[in-house]
Amino acid sequence: MTGHDTAAGSPFAPHTPEETAAMLDAVGVDDEADLFDIPDAVRFDGEFGIEQRSERAVRRELRGTLGDNDDLTEFLGRGHYDHYVPSPVDHLSLRSEFLTSYTQYQPEITQGFLQVLFEYQSMLVELTGLGIANCSMYDAATALGEAATLADRVRATSGHRVLVPELLREERRDVLENYVAGTDLVVEDVPDDDGNLDVDALADLADDETVMVYAENPSVRGTIEERLAEIGDLADDHDALFVLGTDLVALGLLQRPADVGADVVVGDASLGLPTSYGMGMGLFATREEYVRQVPGRLVGASDDESGRRAYTLTLQTREQHIRRERATSNICTNQAWVALRTAIHVASLGPSGLVDLAETCVTEARDLASAVDDVDGVQAPVHDRHHFREFVAHTDQPAPAVADDLEAEGFAVHALGDHELQFCVTDANAGSTDELVAALGEVAR
Amino acid sequence: MTTFDQARWSDDDGDGYEPLLSEKDATEVDTDGSPLPDDLTRDAVELPELSEPEIARHYTRLSEMNYGVDSGPYPLGSCTMKYNPKFTEDVAALPDAAVHPDRSEGSVQGSLELLYDLQDYLARIGGMDAVTLQPPAGAAGEFTGILVAKAYHEANGEGDRNEVIVPESAHGTNFASAALGGYDVVELPGGDDGRVDLEALEAALSEDTAALMLTNPNTLGLFERDIEEIADMVHDVGGLLYYDGANLNALLGRARPGDMGFDIMHYNVHKTFATPHGGGGPGAGPVGVVSDLEPFLPTPRVREGEDGYELFEPAETIGKVHGFQGNWLVLVKAYAYIARLGDAGLRDASAKAVLNANYLGERIDYDVPYGPYHHEFVASAGDQDAADVAKRMLDYGVHPPTTKWPEIVPEALMTEPTEIENRETLDQLAAAFDAVADEDDDALASAPERTAARRIDQTSAARDLRLSWQSLEE
Repeated sequence: MTGHDTAAGSPFAPHTPEETAAMLDAVGVDDEADLFDIPDAVRFDGEFGIEQRSERAVRRELRGTLGDNDDLTEFLGRGHYDHYVPSPVDHLSLRSEFLTSYTQYQPEITQGFLQVLFEYQSMLVELTGLGIANCSMYDAATALGEAATLADRVRATSGHRVLVPELLREERRDVLENYVAGTDLVVEDVPDDDGNLDVDALADLADDETVMVYAENPSVRGTIEERLAEIGDLADDHDALFVLGTDLVALGLLQRPADVGADVVVGDASLGLPTSYGMGMGLFATREEYVRQVPGRLVGASDDESGRRAYTLTLQTREQHIRRERATSNICTNQAWVALRTAIHVASLGPSGLVDLAETCVTEARDLASAVDDVDGVQAPVHDRHHFREFVAHTDQPAPAVADDLEAEGFAVHALGDHELQFCVTDANAGSTDELVAALGEVAR
Repeated sequence: MTTFDQARWSDDDGDGYEPLLSEKDATEVDTDGSPLPDDLTRDAVELPELSEPEIARHYTRLSEMNYGVDSGPYPLGSCTMKYNPKFTEDVAALPDAAVHPDRSEGSVQGSLELLYDLQDYLARIGGMDAVTLQPPAGAAGEFTGILVAKAYHEANGEGDRNEVIVPESAHGTNFASAALGGYDVVELPGGDDGRVDLEALEAALSEDTAALMLTNPNTLGLFERDIEEIADMVHDVGGLLYYDGANLNALLGRARPGDMGFDIMHYNVHKTFATPHGGGGPGAGPVGVVSDLEPFLPTPRVREGEDGYELFEPAETIGKVHGFQGNWLVLVKAYAYIARLGDAGLRDASAKAVLNANYLGERIDYDVPYGPYHHEFVASAGDQDAADVAKRMLDYGVHPPTTKWPEIVPEALMTEPTEIENRETLDQLAAAFDAVADEDDDALASAPERTAARRIDQTSAARDLRLSWQSLEE
């Protein structure tokens, strides 16, 4: 090797001009352009007009561009949560053997990642109580869509109704509608009862045409569901799947999904990544009897030729690269590296750390609601429920104006309607609640 | 030839390799002191409780038992495993990139500007009129494209078109995405030259055709030279032409899907623009369309408004395919990579990717039945079992090609060296191919010997399902 030519090419192509010439010669062409078997009519001879920049220039540019984002303290949640990410998560997940590897189609040389995913699956099994978990989906919304298509397959000939909370985040419902666009499933709303699912209304709505009942714990408004087991029984009575939406932190404290009759658990990991404009990772766990209907990748334990336990992707006959249009899902590239980060995050917390974190999400929300309620012109929480991480407050002043004024003071909160704000508090922003309440006192009266 | 031995950590009694976290510790913590009533909480959580040094060693050992592009050559055809510049991780980790998706538009002008510029770059590179950045992976992009096609046909009163045509050699995701969108999949047999057979296409096309999904170059690395005629034939029956961007690495600055007559495309930014694959994700699969289809795209769509950049919802949007804005951090990396390369770098990346494939294809002893090929080629292992060939190649310190696909080549070895390998490494790869070609079945069957684990029994993994550490204890 004699270095490479960076003057007018890809800085990551290592070819010297001499090497390029020798290789062209070996291939038997005079010029690189001769390698392209493209008819003249569709050849592109123009310019994109994208200037090549040095690494340093791109860094500086992006520091500048992203620096245009306002520096706000966020009290935002509603499905995307900020928790402090311990340092080992970055340091270990960025090891390039993990970061630069592909799907583990050759298990002998990718045991490390396979074991990580096996351990991740195991953590989900412990936290949900369900027998199997896949090793990641895109996000909570698409995982919900996958749960609906699973319900459709399980109940292939007998029903088409999918019942979801009226308060479901609009974007999640939208994704669900797209996922069932190719089926005959119809998505219908179940009314809410003071932030929780209205179980009595659900009892009236559910029938034998119902293939799936979906609930979230905590709800999008931060309330903790109080009648989950009844929802599970209702679904069971009609032979429908009970799909429960939740997240890893909530699973550390709230009722175990298996104990309330959940057949599928979906949700967002909420651990391992900072707020990232909505990028996350989808959870998916279910009962063993549906294992052949599960979307996504599964890692199983096996043995190698030396008799030692080793890991491999398994049941690939469900997947799109083998079963094509009859696959359980089209998912191929997923969020494996985020699953690695999540696993390291959970391992770093340990069971006591996870339970502590979940308890913090209850106590901080309770304390902040109480402090917010003391502000003139604001009443909180709107819902007379226990809360996890977030709650809704009523404002006498128009909520959008209050939110705008809070933003001017350096705080981001949700404005839900004309007179409702939503606040989310976790370990990440708990240290700033006093300032938030003080600012609210200035702008809300 | 380069020698290779992968690290191999073993447990004390030799039953397994690096012990599971659960085997190092399992601690049960109850929730008795919780601030909630008992009936709303679980009783306990049982997970490993380890110190930071123990965790650091565990994951470091596991990383040493894993192989990535930074470990060595990774010519995995169709997957485009190339070097990922390190600085893109640093820019994605900038604190200002960490924002919540519900932030007001006015407070995230930087993020919106980056999305706006990336939309623009991708549109120029693909020859498309409009781009959405929402789909979180290539297959999600395919699904988005299918939904956009469906919405377009429905808006034109042609919602009864119920078929999507897919070449038999296409990526499996094409079939699955079309089916997920509710379409019947019509499989298109390939021609003798490995390209689309125009007569077969004519037979497959009808008033039921919603779209033809095609990648160009195709999975054999062959350019579909009749692309203009193919486009005309599809358009003549009122169908749309969909471009699978998996092989775009071969065409950067040389040809553009939009110029070839494609109406919809997805970009695998994790293949073409060097975002690390991270053990299988995350990626991102932005979708580009011609102007007639723009009204149907999901958001994020970003435009310049009077008060700066703003998100907007196209008039007849299909709605969302991801809960939020898609895989934002991956998009940041893609932007940084494109900016680093610019016109000259992108064009050179394709030139060197194609040169490397042709050079390697010339050098190996195995037969390559179809050509001329671009960035990848499919060799045939002939009398050998391609899966065994792959296992033996592991012993030579290289990741093997994709095996046994596409099926039109017997015992296929689908090979894509990418632009990042120098001649020396390509020679090393060729030597590995040739060494394995000379070996007998017994030698192949006993491989690999130098990896962390020996040959793994995948059949028993599927028969006796053990999918968690809990299942190991049963």
